[in-house]
Amino acid sequence: MRRAIVEMTLLGIAGGALGCWVVLYELSYAAESLAHSIFPGLVIAAIAGVPLLLGAAPAIVLAALAIAVAARLPGVSRDVGVAVVVTTMFGLGVLLALSPDSPPGIETLLFGDILGPTDADLASAAALVVVVAAALTLLHGRLLATGFDRGSARALGLSPALADAALLVLLAAAIVVAVQGLGNLLVVAVFVGPAASARRLSDRTGPMIAIAAVIAVLAGLAGLYLSYYAGTAGGASVALAIVAFYLLSLPLGRLRALRPVRRPLAEATIV
Amino acid sequence: MPAESLIEAAGLAVGYGGAPVVSGVSFALEAGERLALLGPNGGGKTTIMRAVLGELRPLAGTLRVAASCGSVPQTERSRLDYPVSALEVATMGSLSRLPWWRRPGRADRAAALEALRRVGLEALAGETFGELSGGQRQRVLIARALVQDARVLLMDEPFTGLDRPAAERLEELIAALAGEGHGIVIATHDLEQARRWDSVLCVNRRQIAVGPPEQTLDREVLEATYGGAIVEIPGGGRAILPPHHHHH
Repeated sequence: MRRAIVEMTLLGIAGGALGCWVVLYELSYAAESLAHSIFPGLVIAAIAGVPLLLGAAPAIVLAALAIAVAARLPGVSRDVGVAVVVTTMFGLGVLLALSPDSPPGIETLLFGDILGPTDADLASAAALVVVVAAALTLLHGRLLATGFDRGSARALGLSPALADAALLVLLAAAIVVAVQGLGNLLVVAVFVGPAASARRLSDRTGPMIAIAAVIAVLAGLAGLYLSYYAGTAGGASVALAIVAFYLLSLPLGRLRALRPVRRPLAEATIV
Repeated sequence: MPAESLIEAAGLAVGYGGAPVVSGVSFALEAGERLALLGPNGGGKTTIMRAVLGELRPLAGTLRVAASCGSVPQTERSRLDYPVSALEVATMGSLSRLPWWRRPGRADRAAALEALRRVGLEALAGETFGELSGGQRQRVLIARALVQDARVLLMDEPFTGLDRPAAERLEELIAALAGEGHGIVIATHDLEQARRWDSVLCVNRRQIAVGPPEQTLDREVLEATYGGAIVEIPGGGRAILPPHHHHH
């Protein structure tokens, strides 16, 4: 259980912080697409008996490329192209999972196995937190400026394409690490939910990231305990806890908006 | 020896993909000059600005930009729901001077606060950007360009939606910045405003005319620019019919 707590805490920190940029850059659909597209890679790894990471990593690269191509096909709307890639890959994964060769217990790929992290899982989660923390700290100003005003980014010497690429690479790595514990169906919840809740509770990115990380960890631990004591599926329990936090943040956010604001009455004149 | 122009364009054609959206653009912007960019929506004003900013490559002709350019876009396009303060927006200007591994530091934030003071908004530095008025948001973006040390300011219809006091404040700021040696290009629909500035550039998919307003804004030029949608007002004035709203 202690290992599960550590794993959940690490995933919560990484997911909550990175999730803020997923939400601010409107990448939730991309996150969902990436997560579901790697399912066949996970199944193949499970059937072959190799660590899930070995199946997930090439799958996510393939998925990202396929999505990038599908989004640009002439005559096909971007969302439709992406949806076709995602459903095709997820369907392929389901076919493989239902074949006679698949090992028993393969449904944990969908629903997650948060109670039994291995040493490798803990190590990769710790590495993820370090990489995400370092990258987000280093890139914070640039991500903020590019997300705020993409059109003017070039004038400031920034590249929107590089900002998108950096976030997608971090997201892909985080999904690959988190999918073992949280399951393929609901892993995206940890990226989107806490960040959306934090947005209701703060007006600055610094506090938003901190609050999102805290919410993700608390919701993750709540889901962990629910799963342990009630025997419910891990990923689903965490997702439910995340939704509960979001619903809580709505009235709290409204209360925030009502508090009296001290606003200066006069502006300085231009000299 | 004459000082070098901040911007010089000759026979410039710009577009997205293969076909030019605007062509035949030839003008020079000097230090201290306020240039009004006049024309209907969809006529190429924003496209010219994007070419100057380096977002679009010229399809024909030459474009020489000898100074750093600051972009002051319409704030309806900025994310009004973004969790940033006015000071954070102004500080974004410092990124143009920092290598990618460096983050804005105390000196950069001090420069941003100074720029906000310059545009009269230091009292609102801590306010959320999206909660400021339209005129205040424009001035925060000008502060961002000042922090960038931009010699040239490119302002895309900054007076849209401003009430008279806010518009007057913005005009005073533009005049003061020009007085300090900045070159300012302002896309506008307000002819009376354009007449008070130093030069006008009229475009409607191609350059119609460029020069000082008194000599340039005659009826022929206005009709070619606005496609004949000009109405004579009894008493000797002229008005341009409201432009159609295209999406850029």
